[in-house]
Amino acid sequence: MNDHATTISEREERSIAAARSVNRRRNRQRLEKLRAFALGAGFPILLILIWDRAVAITGTRLIPSPYQVAVMMYDFSFGGVYDDAFSGTILIHVWKSVQRVYGGFFLAALIGIPLGLLIGRIKLLRQLLDPTISLLRPIPVTAWLPLSMIFFGLGPNAAIFLVFLGAFYPILLNTMFGVRSIDPRLFEAASMLGCSGTGMFRQIVLPASLPAIFSGLRIAHGFAWILIVVGEMTGVPTGLGSVVMDGRTLSRTDLVITGMIVIGACGFITDRIIVAISNRLLSWSPQHRE
Amino acid sequence: MSNADPPDILTIRGVTKRFAVGDGEVEALAPVDLTIPRSEFVCMIGASGCGKSTLLRIIAGFEEPTTGEVSIYGKVVNGPGSDRGMVFQDYALFPWMTVRQNISFGPRQRQLPREEIERTTDEFIRMVGLERFADRYPNQLSGGMKQRVAIARVLANNANILLMDEPFGALDALTREQLQHELLQIWKRTGVTTIFVTHSVEEAVLLADRVLVMSAGPGRIDSDFRIELARPRDVSSPEFNALRRDIARRLTSHLTLARA
Repeated sequence: MNDHATTISEREERSIAAARSVNRRRNRQRLEKLRAFALGAGFPILLILIWDRAVAITGTRLIPSPYQVAVMMYDFSFGGVYDDAFSGTILIHVWKSVQRVYGGFFLAALIGIPLGLLIGRIKLLRQLLDPTISLLRPIPVTAWLPLSMIFFGLGPNAAIFLVFLGAFYPILLNTMFGVRSIDPRLFEAASMLGCSGTGMFRQIVLPASLPAIFSGLRIAHGFAWILIVVGEMTGVPTGLGSVVMDGRTLSRTDLVITGMIVIGACGFITDRIIVAISNRLLSWSPQHRE
Repeated sequence: MSNADPPDILTIRGVTKRFAVGDGEVEALAPVDLTIPRSEFVCMIGASGCGKSTLLRIIAGFEEPTTGEVSIYGKVVNGPGSDRGMVFQDYALFPWMTVRQNISFGPRQRQLPREEIERTTDEFIRMVGLERFADRYPNQLSGGMKQRVAIARVLANNANILLMDEPFGALDALTREQLQHELLQIWKRTGVTTIFVTHSVEEAVLLADRVLVMSAGPGRIDSDFRIELARPRDVSSPEFNALRRDIARRLTSHLTLARA
């Protein structure tokens, strides 16, 4: 009887201790997250302070102060300060750029992923296409600008084409690499279990190379946002790239910097979305989690 | 032919294998002839380079013999098939599939009705004792659990011949012992013909009905021991040790010969 009581209280104590250690761990994790956030956000704030001081000390009129850029950003977003052609137009420009960035990006993924899977898996295709790809890849996307304007004229299609070109190679090459580095035993295992042909592509090749495909998509997605400025230099009236170019022509550096910040923010947010999707799809593979 | 003898499931006739190495060729397997009756448990043992894994891969259909042929119930093997299932030393599980999805992979390829796939999968998850881990991914399992999944994956596919390439080589001694025991249980229950490649004489004598000792340069079957000991086998019994000594002696005789 006495024995019995002791075991129960011991068990209770143990469970309380376990709960406490879980709590402690949770607290430590929360603190760690807070720290990471403070460090990550603190550095840009420091940069802004340095920028502000540098402008004040040198007294330059070529570079606006952070405050002037903030006012421009407010006007660009909501209007009511300068009331010019750019006031309150942020959504139009963001929306146009998003369309072009993702038009090019998804087109690149739509062609790059299947082509990469096929080239990675089929030797004949690799021999046929690999030299051409290696030849075209080092050509800077900006060098395609004149040709793309001849192909697509002045307008959004030229921008989409440039974004497509920039996003295509990282997606294609990473997919090829992903397929090439699949453990050959997985193919053996699948074929002995009765898998073949297109089933092999769908059930083995695609999921096994998914980690590499996602790292290609992420790199390509970064390039896509980088190239939007180049793409929108082709004489389109709207889009974040055209805002930056207009700012340059009008010598309005505050507008240029505002456009830069919005592009950076769009790229950052959408990159987080891609990371979230990839973490979800790759939960089986802890080494690819962030 | 007496009725009591089970029919031969596997026949290997004059199988040789040459590999191209640089400009030359290496003879990996001298002509090998072998028949294995249904439900027999055969261990192949030999030093590295004796061609035991090559022979296993030829039986699996992953590699073609240079000459000769392998047939299952008289039907010549050309390529991998679901009648033969391989269990690899490094598991080769599909890392993006859960335990359940790995085990149901074979039945899903045959497009069986869903209830039947589920029934078969559950049965083999239970057989290898992984009910609690059915929804885990391979990287969340221990080596012993992964190898259980690999065995269940092959058996759920209705394989008649279980090919095992040093399956327990990467496991710690305790886990290995437990898996050897479980494998024997599964073999007894299913009667699946098993060809098991190993480095360990003790493992071979513990498991097999028949131990094939292979020798290198070029690889061939040197001797064929029948193990008549009743199961479960006592590794400390004099009979067990006598057999172990005999087989070890056959093995080492080649090693000294090869060195001379």
